[in-house]
Amino acid sequence: MAGGIKKFVVGCFDDEAVLFPAVKKVRRAGYKIHDVYTPFPVHGLDHAMGLRETSLHTAGFIYGITGTTTALSCIGWIFTKDWPLNIGGKPHFALPAWIPITFELTVLFAAVGMVLTFCYLCQLSPFIKKHHFHPRATDDLFVMAIECTDKTNDAEVQDFLQAAGAKEINVQHAETGWWLGRYDREQKLYRETEVGY
Amino acid sequence: MSHSFELPGSYKKWTMGLIGVGVIALLYGFIMYHPLENGGHGAATTSTRFWAVLLQNSVFWLLVVNASMFFIGVTTLAMGGWQVALRRVPEAISSVVPVLGGIALLILMAIVWGGRDDVYPWVNKELVDHDKILLGKKGFLNPVFYSIFSVITIFLWWILGKKLRSLSLESDNAGHMDYETGDRWIKKNILYASLFIVVFGLSVGSTAPWLWIMSIDAHWYSTMFSWYTFASSFVSGMSLIALYIVFLKNRGQLEFVTEEHIHDIGKFMFAFSVFWTYLWFSQYMLIWYANLPEETGYYKIRVFGPYRGIFFLNLILNFVCPLLILMKKSVKRNYTMLTFMAVLIIFGHWIDFWQMVMPGTMKDKAHLMPFEFGIAALFIGIIMWRVGDYLSKHPLTAKNHPFLKESMIHHV
Repeated sequence: MAGGIKKFVVGCFDDEAVLFPAVKKVRRAGYKIHDVYTPFPVHGLDHAMGLRETSLHTAGFIYGITGTTTALSCIGWIFTKDWPLNIGGKPHFALPAWIPITFELTVLFAAVGMVLTFCYLCQLSPFIKKHHFHPRATDDLFVMAIECTDKTNDAEVQDFLQAAGAKEINVQHAETGWWLGRYDREQKLYRETEVGY
Repeated sequence: MSHSFELPGSYKKWTMGLIGVGVIALLYGFIMYHPLENGGHGAATTSTRFWAVLLQNSVFWLLVVNASMFFIGVTTLAMGGWQVALRRVPEAISSVVPVLGGIALLILMAIVWGGRDDVYPWVNKELVDHDKILLGKKGFLNPVFYSIFSVITIFLWWILGKKLRSLSLESDNAGHMDYETGDRWIKKNILYASLFIVVFGLSVGSTAPWLWIMSIDAHWYSTMFSWYTFASSFVSGMSLIALYIVFLKNRGQLEFVTEEHIHDIGKFMFAFSVFWTYLWFSQYMLIWYANLPEETGYYKIRVFGPYRGIFFLNLILNFVCPLLILMKKSVKRNYTMLTFMAVLIIFGHWIDFWQMVMPGTMKDKAHLMPFEFGIAALFIGIIMWRVGDYLSKHPLTAKNHPFLKESMIHHV
């Protein structure tokens, strides 16, 4: 468990319209948002939280071209060098016939690779118990977890969340990572000029 | 809200310039290529060249501008809201359909009734009577059916497109719509959009490309040809819409169109480039695999004949470039890159149509010279002239459309 135990102040919101300004206020005050857990995907929340763009699609592209290369080199070697067959009088290097397989392998590599990468980035895996900050985060609450350092005064953070409109506030200790170090979300510092919600 | 839009002088200059170049090319062709003389394969190909180039350009540009109305039709039927902020752009482009439709009809009728069997072999009665294959297709490939079908198709495109455009313009004066009025107005839109889509499916989706282009190679057929042509024209149509959106945004118009909308248009260009490739490849691979003599003739001249370079250029311009360049999100949101790609795609599909028409008509003597580009300039000029006219006469935002709010807050 590479991440270790950390302290979090957790605030629960029951309204999107309150959540967005609260996210802004928290970031402006300089607190570090660990994450916001929502029952459904909320448009623009990643932007409001100042999360950087995911690099999942770049990974997907690399997996895709790996699939393309694997398919072409594999079929190419088998049908021209290893075991040339006469299929309907076609040339051994029968590129058009290989395209469907190449396409399938590209898709397969990209899809499987991206799912696994996604699981790694989100620290998901079978038999790993993840800490739930609030069970209602899967139902009807927007749950914001603020990461505390040694210097954070958690009573102050609780008051701050109260003022920002949180319905339920508590302090929790939780494990933050489990594998090959932690995937820590990079966050941009808050700027007044930022566009968004 | 600024709704009056004055065309910049440079736009008018370009329009007049392109039309001027086009008219000169047309006159040059008319005088030098003797279009009224009988053509013949291998012999007097200059007159064939004149008609083949006109056929290629009129059909291509007509299908491209008509793709705009298809875009309006499908987004209406899908109850799409995101496109409302930019809807007047495809409307303006589709307003060119009657003009280009009329020109295309004129050219098609001249070719068919002028007995130009160098373009359409099946217009030669004597030839058909001694040709077993053409005899079997006589019920479909004959001047009367061809003419009736072409006239009805273009007429329906025009009249249904006009209805959808006028519905949109009517809403400008209707004031803010309450729920009932808005509901009724949307349903009216859905009615005409569905009629248009049915007509579009039966024409561009099937018969029109068979008659107008595929029948040049009258012995050959491919059931995939119409979809392939449709994909070609739709991706060019989306590129044309993208060009006009960028043009208007750069002049401070279309205030509600954001990067998000541009991104979606870019996605269309990307996705349908791939779709075009899918159809291109499916058509090619089935014929390559089956290797039947009556089918491979179409590709023999293209892949192993004088069209080899164009054949592969086609694939590079319309598949490799859009795939690799348009893949990134930031490119689809960048005006300069999107403009570049739109021009590239339109040019690529113009080349695609060129290689559909030329091998069957000009055989191995085809040209890609100033005359060909001059005629293209004529059609581009006409499109710019009519679209510019529409844009400067009508408000650029459908301000009372019930879905406008949805479009304004569009976020991907």
